[in-house]
Order: sequence, then C-alpha cells, then structure tokens
Amino acid sequence: LPPRRPDASRAAMSVDAATVRKIANLARIAVTDGDVEAMVPELNNILGWIEQLGEVNTDGVAPLAAVIPNHQRLREDVVTDGNIRDKVLANAPQAEHGFFAVPKVIE
Amino acid sequence: MGNITDLGIAGLRDGFRAGDFTAREVAEAFSTAVAGAKALNAFIIETPDHALAAADAADKARAAGELKPLSGVPLGIKDLFCTAGYQTTAASGMLGGFTPTYESTVTTKLFAAGAGMLGKLNLDQFAMGSSNETSAYGNVISPWRRSDGGNAPLAPGGSSGGSSSAIAARIVPAATGTDTGGSIRQPAAFTGIAGIKPTYGRCSRFGIVAFASSLDQAGAMAQDVRDSAILLEAMSGFDPKDSTSLDVSVPQWEANLSGDLKGKKVGIPKEYRVDNMPAEIDALWKQGIEWLRDAGAEIIDVSLPHTRYALPTYYIIAPAEASSNLARYDGVRYGLRDLPEGANLQDMYAATRAAGFGPEVKRRILIGTYVLSAGFYDAYYTKAQKVRALIARDFEEAFKQVDVLLTPTAPSAAFALGEKSADPLEMYLNDVFTVPASLAGVPAMSVPAGLDGQGLPLGLQIIGRPLDEQGVLNAGLAIEQRALFNAKPQNWWVK
Repeated sequence: LPPRRPDASRAAMSVDAATVRKIANLARIAVTDGDVEAMVPELNNILGWIEQLGEVNTDGVAPLAAVIPNHQRLREDVVTDGNIRDKVLANAPQAEHGFFAVPKVIE
Repeated sequence: MGNITDLGIAGLRDGFRAGDFTAREVAEAFSTAVAGAKALNAFIIETPDHALAAADAADKARAAGELKPLSGVPLGIKDLFCTAGYQTTAASGMLGGFTPTYESTVTTKLFAAGAGMLGKLNLDQFAMGSSNETSAYGNVISPWRRSDGGNAPLAPGGSSGGSSSAIAARIVPAATGTDTGGSIRQPAAFTGIAGIKPTYGRCSRFGIVAFASSLDQAGAMAQDVRDSAILLEAMSGFDPKDSTSLDVSVPQWEANLSGDLKGKKVGIPKEYRVDNMPAEIDALWKQGIEWLRDAGAEIIDVSLPHTRYALPTYYIIAPAEASSNLARYDGVRYGLRDLPEGANLQDMYAATRAAGFGPEVKRRILIGTYVLSAGFYDAYYTKAQKVRALIARDFEEAFKQVDVLLTPTAPSAAFALGEKSADPLEMYLNDVFTVPASLAGVPAMSVPAGLDGQGLPLGLQIIGRPLDEQGVLNAGLAIEQRALFNAKPQNWWVK
C-alpha cells in the first residue's frame, strides 16, 4: 500500500484553522470551532498523504480529463423540453407564484 | 424446485417463461423477503407496489406472447438512481423527501425491459464510503458473520452496500450499483456475489445523483456472472442526455458467454502484490491464476508501474469533482433548506449544507475545494490529472500484451462496522485494487472465489480493455466454473 505520512508537518502545504475556515466558506458550509479543530488534523493527514504525487515525473504529460476517447456531440438547436414549470418546482423547499423563493437579496 | 427467492435473474426469467410460476408469485415472494429482512437495513424505502405492477404487466405479456428480456424479474435499485414518483435520497439528509419528477435512463431501460422495483437500496451517503457507514439512514449490515461465533456486525462494503447485502441475503435476485472507485466491486467481494463496472460511458449517467462525473459509472450486481451479463445488457446503451455516453451498440454479452479461454492471455500485475496483504488473499490469487490457466489461458507477468499513485490521484480528482457537483445543493431548488431566523441568502446556503451533508461528504467537499482553490489548482488537480494519464497509459501498455488482468478485488475480507470508520485514510486504502481501473475507465468485475479462515467471502477482480466487457465476463465465468462458490450466509436476519 502507498506509504502513509502521519507526520503532517512534512507536507509542503499544510492547512491551519484559518485555512479550514476559508475553504469551508468557499464551499458554503457553516463550521463550528469544534468542527474546525477536528478537521485540521484530518485534512492534513489526507493532504500529507496526497503529497506523494509530487515524486511522479509528469514532464510533458498532458492532463487527462476524458478517459475514454469520445467526441463532443452537437444536436439540432431546437426546443426538446419545456412547459414543465410545476415539475421543476415540485421539490422546491419554498415555491411562490411559480418561482423559487429565497431570502431577500436586494435591499 | 426450491424457494423462488433462491433464483437469480436467469432462473426467474426462464422459470417464468416456462410457466413454473407467475411473475406475481415472484414479486410477492421477494417483497415478503424484503419486508422480513429489516435487520439488514438494506433498503431506504420498499416499493412492493412497483414490483407487483410490473409483475402483473409481465403476466399479461406472457399470456399475450409479448415477453420482454426481464419480464418477471424484480430488482433492487440503488438509491442513487432517480426514480419518478419514488423518493431518491443518495442516503443523505440533504435529499430527504426528494421525489424526482423524472426517471434515470438506466431505470427507464430496466423498466422498459419488463423489470419491477422492489425498493431503493441503502448506500454510503452520495456514494462516498467503502463500508456503508456514512448513510444518513443507518448502517447496512452484511448478512455474513465470522465463524468465530462473535456475531460482530460486518460491513457489506460500499458504497453499493444495500445492493450487495440484499443480493447476498437472497432478498433481491439482483440490483443496480454504481462504481466511482470500487463501489460495485468491493461490496461484491465482501458479500460473495458478482459485480461488474462496465467501460466508462456504457451506462448513461442521466438521472444518477452525481459524485465524481469523470469516474461515476453504473453497473450490475448479481448472484453470478450470467446474471451480471443479462442485467448489464439491459442497463447499457447510448443516451443523448449524457454528454459522455458512448455511441456504440450493446453486445449480446449473455449469448456470447464462454468460459473457454484458449488463445487468451491473462496478465498478472506485479504491483498488486502489496505489503501486508493477508496470505489467504495471495493464495486465492495464485489459485485464480491456476484456474485461468486450466481454462486455456496463457499467464503473463505484467507491470502497471503507477499503481501505487492511483489512490492519492483518486483522492484529489474525486473530491474535486464532488465539490463542484455538490455545489447544486443550495436549499433553493430541491432538498433540504435550513433558514435560521434573520439569515440572508449566504447564511442559508451555509446552514443548509452544514445540516444536510454528513461528515464524510463535508470532508471530501473541503478537500476538493482546497485542491481547486487559487494557488493550489496546478499543484494538486492538474498534477493528479497528469498522473491519471500515466495510470491510463499503464493499462494501455499492458493491454498490448494481454487480454485481461487478474488481481484480488480488495486487500481484506469484510471488516466489522466501526473498525475503520475512525480513520478516513484507513478506509480509503481498502479501495487500493479497484481505483486504478476506475481512473482508466476500463471495465472490471469481481467474482466470488473462496472463503477466508473466518468463513468470509473473498473476490477476484478481472480488468479488461475498453469496451471488452465480454472478455471480462468470460474470464469471470472461467473462475466461477472452477471456484464453484456456493457458500451462503446463515439467515439470522429473518424475522
């Protein structure tokens, strides 16, 4: 199995509490102080282990996004769907007057 | 004839056609078995009405001489497939009560082929997990127990653990699964059943709750290789609604099954011989090599040099894609909304996602957000995509020499619930043998091959060339014909 690196201090880019708060904010996930405290070592443990990719020589290698050769298809520019407003809204936590309702965003 | 519920897909289909029983009798027998196996917690919802309606339609079709490929066969459906009118949760509190208004392409195909649905099967939350311990609807319990008499509840594997548990317990004849890094094959190995992940793009992803889109692939889980072939055939096919769907015809995998491997070459990748692998698994692997040699295959040692980097690559790419895919859960259009008193829109997003996602899902979203964030994108994400290219190239090179590869499916037999859940990394390492084929997008299956010293099932994995599911199934059949695996768990769960 790939070697583990529990010694997170070896990781070149270890995360601290401020970083965890920042990424939690970017991810729009509310976190408590307790959450952050627990996540710092967990994420460092995982990220420290991931660091081993640094030892692979990838010079001249193109990043792989599509694993099985395929081509982007085009279709006729015609309406294939629609008039299903009620279906679209059927699972909304709050739908009003045929729209999704959210807290006020413009003062 | 024994119990109807001992039969798999082929047995039910053929017995139904021969008039041995009605489809209604089949649906009732399985629905009763499902209702009586609550101790396994394999289902999130049971849908006997769906199974019975499909059965009645099948009985009518038989009378009219209009049989379909799966007429008379009820199935379990992993609760990651959207089913119109039936709650679909991905085992997350985020989607509690979500009732799709549309049908996934895979279930559309299965129902059009005459199959009915016995219920929606439990899984790891958003398919993130290897033990089914991350579900918001409770752990699935494996029907298997160690022979030590301790009765420790064991993991059915994950993420398709409801599927594997239900098939092993014979409460469904077969089920759908999805596999992002091993979520069909590892649970199959843990529970003594067969499971195949086809080539990426074979089965449409439309209507499957997304985890990591460049890896997610639906597949078949069943008692044996033939049933896997039948089910996969019914699930596969081009779908214009999935931009990565492959526009290729679906072969007749069942009709072309053959365990005769004369002229075939089987590669044994040396990098899968890892440290700390239990001796029993190594011995089973050697046994598998002998079985395939006996079936006529030539055995060749091969190398997949980047194997050891597959797991860390996966744990960059999959969380990165997950963090992007799961951004859709915003409390606005569907699913949970948590709107604290006086909260603005941003607060609502953050509160909703904090309340709706489980700890493992949050962990992966945060890792994904981190590796995609400004300043780290190239060091992590682009680097991982490059290593992924090297891993795929390893397989390409190997498949110039051999037709299929043989490896163990997992580095251990089923572990006990709670045994690995405290350490995320320890859990991730259980997917060491399944992740490489996922990253390369190639077809792979697990077949049950033996029991360990504690009486628990062990699986062998066959990996094939892109689009050569037939080669994978045939090698699987050759093992099945020699392993003669017929062990079953004691049915302690029956009420």
